[in-house]
Amino acid sequence: MRKLALTDEVLLSVEKPARYIGGEVNMVVKDPNDVDIRFCICFPDVYEIGMSHLGIQILYDILNRREDTYCERVYSPWVDLDKLMRERDIPLFALESQEPVRDFDFLGFTLQYEMCYTNILQVLELSKIPVYANERTEDDPIVIGGGPCSYNPEPIADFFDFFYIGEGEAAYNNFLDLYKECKKAGKSKREYLELVSQIEGIYVPSFYDVEYNEDGTINSFKKNYENAPDRVKKQIEMKLSEAYYPTKPLVPFIRVTQDRVVLEIQRGCIRGCRFCQAGMIYRPNRERDVEYLKKCANEMLKATGHEEISLSSLSSSDYSQLQELVYFLIDEFGSKGVNISLPSLRIDAFSLDVMGKVQDIRKSSLTFAPEAGTQRLRDVINKGLTEDAILNGAREAFQSGWNRVKLYFMMGLPTETEEDIEGIAVLSDKIARVYYEIPKEQRQGKVSIIASTSFFVPKPFTPFQWCRMDTPEEYIQKQRFLRSKINEQLNKKSIKFNWHEAELSELEGVLARGDRRLSRVIYDAYMFGCLYDSWSEHFNYDKWMKAFEKNGVSISFYNSRERHEDEMFPWDIIDAGVSKSFLLREYRRAKSGKTTPNCRELCYNCGAKKFGGGVCVGGFEMPNHADGINRNGSIKQEASNES
Amino acid sequence: MKARIKFQKYGYMKFIGHLDVLRYFQKAFRRAGYDSEYTQGFNPHQIISFAAPLGVGLTSDAEYVDIGLRTCDTPETMVKKINEVLSEGFYVTGFHLLTEDSGNGKMASAMSLVASADYLVSLKDGCSLGNGILSCEEFRELFEKFYSKQDIIINKKTKKSEKMVNIKPMISFVAFDEKEYDAYLGCHLADLPKPVNNEKSYYLNAASKADAYENNIKVYMQLDTGSASNLKPELVMEAFCSDSGLEYNPYAWQVHRLEIYTRDDESKRLIPLDSVW
Ligand code: SF4
Repeated sequence: MRKLALTDEVLLSVEKPARYIGGEVNMVVKDPNDVDIRFCICFPDVYEIGMSHLGIQILYDILNRREDTYCERVYSPWVDLDKLMRERDIPLFALESQEPVRDFDFLGFTLQYEMCYTNILQVLELSKIPVYANERTEDDPIVIGGGPCSYNPEPIADFFDFFYIGEGEAAYNNFLDLYKECKKAGKSKREYLELVSQIEGIYVPSFYDVEYNEDGTINSFKKNYENAPDRVKKQIEMKLSEAYYPTKPLVPFIRVTQDRVVLEIQRGCIRGCRFCQAGMIYRPNRERDVEYLKKCANEMLKATGHEEISLSSLSSSDYSQLQELVYFLIDEFGSKGVNISLPSLRIDAFSLDVMGKVQDIRKSSLTFAPEAGTQRLRDVINKGLTEDAILNGAREAFQSGWNRVKLYFMMGLPTETEEDIEGIAVLSDKIARVYYEIPKEQRQGKVSIIASTSFFVPKPFTPFQWCRMDTPEEYIQKQRFLRSKINEQLNKKSIKFNWHEAELSELEGVLARGDRRLSRVIYDAYMFGCLYDSWSEHFNYDKWMKAFEKNGVSISFYNSRERHEDEMFPWDIIDAGVSKSFLLREYRRAKSGKTTPNCRELCYNCGAKKFGGGVCVGGFEMPNHADGINRNGSIKQEASNES
Repeated sequence: MKARIKFQKYGYMKFIGHLDVLRYFQKAFRRAGYDSEYTQGFNPHQIISFAAPLGVGLTSDAEYVDIGLRTCDTPETMVKKINEVLSEGFYVTGFHLLTEDSGNGKMASAMSLVASADYLVSLKDGCSLGNGILSCEEFRELFEKFYSKQDIIINKKTKKSEKMVNIKPMISFVAFDEKEYDAYLGCHLADLPKPVNNEKSYYLNAASKADAYENNIKVYMQLDTGSASNLKPELVMEAFCSDSGLEYNPYAWQVHRLEIYTRDDESKRLIPLDSVW
């Protein structure tokens, strides 16, 4: 039996000891002495969140398929254990072997959201690994990062040896093979980093010195290692139906956020919502074959014993074989007591039929994400959802027995006016009115509408990356205004209004579009005690402000400034596929309220075509269009005011 | 059909709470390829129930779970197949099909008729009792002195109230080694035929999974368990420590459950749950 790193006393005095003992069903067991490479992957948040992440399971599977590698896991110890580990000087350990993380060759972080950055420092510190990369020795693991936040890795650049830009399937084997060679040849870490920087998709931040202009903007990325690449190109997997899929995912003992089989049906998104980073960085859209998915679903349910399966993708309704897949799942597994949980689908006849089959109408709600309150603003953000579609969808659903609606909006979107904010209240009210239009005997009691607003945070690699972001004061004012407008509505009693914390969004904004000068701020915030910032009960705004002040870094420089069209961004070093000129074109179209069709209707030549696959080479009949590219590749001139 | 499964919980699985064990077994049955019975409606869930939930940190030779099954093999195959999909720390030692017509009323309530349970409480290695008590003989002497008292009054705290309770009548016996334990146990057990393996039942003879410690400081006890009267071994140890002037360290003791019983209405003697079908 494995020996646990923590004593009974420690385990029994913390909440949920199962977070730290490993041993879950489908955990990979290897003898660490039999492998060449020990790799520890970390999701820097609490176990229940980290265990729910599909990306980690995919990577765990890929790495452990290698006989020469043992991939283990570590998550952020919860605050109770964090305290005990510091008091008793217990080093952080990996769940599988229960051995110290510091003894590993690699420590790889998946970077899913900005607010986990202080947790990265916690994991490093508890592992007794120096947090700054330049203070580490040959004995420390190589610390790497990947995932959506690595598309602008600059705010955390100082803590990492390198970043891998792209999908796990694509290039991990290359840099692990290289590591093995280097280790055998007795090469130093520096020598390895020099070699690894030659692999596409690898960004070694210490090979570049950033020079700034007087106004604080970036002047250049100056290479201090001449062979470092000029730009780092995203690596992706084009053959998703041939790629490995973790058909034996880990099954945790305790209830986690995703306590179910997750089937990733496609990557990327054909829609170009202009606020959405995922929709841009995961381009091009690639679907998995439906037969492949059926097979995976079967195997995964069998291997886990889960009683629920859920589909994962950015926009499931766009998956071309959705009906076939969903009806297959219902027929095949529904009778065996497997719950089928569907991500928010576009409301139409098909989704209403399916939802009626898999969930209790009286207990479930309809979900719409109009994101903005008026058609004008929805056009600005290129959200192709019209008021008619919402109202008709709601009407149909109400007639079938639904009476609860959830609406998601953003506030602070570019060009937003008071009318747009009021539009949120008006649209919510209109939906309630639709409900009361249907005959009384068909209605199921009262209607309940929950309108949730989050604050818009401009993200790198989106058309809105140049935008100014509202300050918390402006947000709160808008939120109050909306509150008062909701109270003016006829059905105000049926509308519940939720909102996000403005201060958290402000910080997310800085970290999302920040540069290297923020590493110090993050470090100081952590030293002041910031941890688990994404948990509102732990988020401490004042401590963060203290850290900004101490370093003389101004938040408004990052958030409250409309960036110049030719400003150099910290993330320009990364080539995510979508070109800056495309994003700028989209930004200009946004400002003039012009929508852009989705990738299946018309290719707008975003740059992702160079990956040579997915939706970009689909066989869809495309109409000719004045300023796009049709499927035959003949390029039409863009209107001159836009190019 | 309904089945009762007996299993051991040991090693690191002691850190898994009772509700999570329930979820664990639901998934285990699916992995083993058996279809369970579900409640009707949306969000169906398996029909499964537990006897006398075990606290986190405790190990056991005798956990019982009743589950509704739609597909099934012979009891022997069931035990084998389920054990194949279980993690180290769970081990099924018995499987019995409960048929609908054999006095189902009594069977269904067996779980709620739990009356008593046996425990082995051991001092973990590396833990000391302080006060210079080093040998198991010294421990036994102290414990016997404690147990010989007429009344053992403790302050029983619940979420709502605090009250003084005499726990002495809730302890059937204490013993200090296995032989002694077997002897006392015999006096309390009902006369029962030895369980047999047949088309309805299968029993594995598995060694106890109780951890053994070098210090050999341990005590066996039979305690009231269930809804009518319930005494936790931890409370006994706490009372013992405070009575003997020792500091009570809850993490120093490993509590292991040996068996759960129901009480025969007529003879007032105990029947292990795996003998009540
Ligand atoms: S190149 Fe065209 S089809 Fe491909 S992702 Fe970009 S816009 Fe869509």
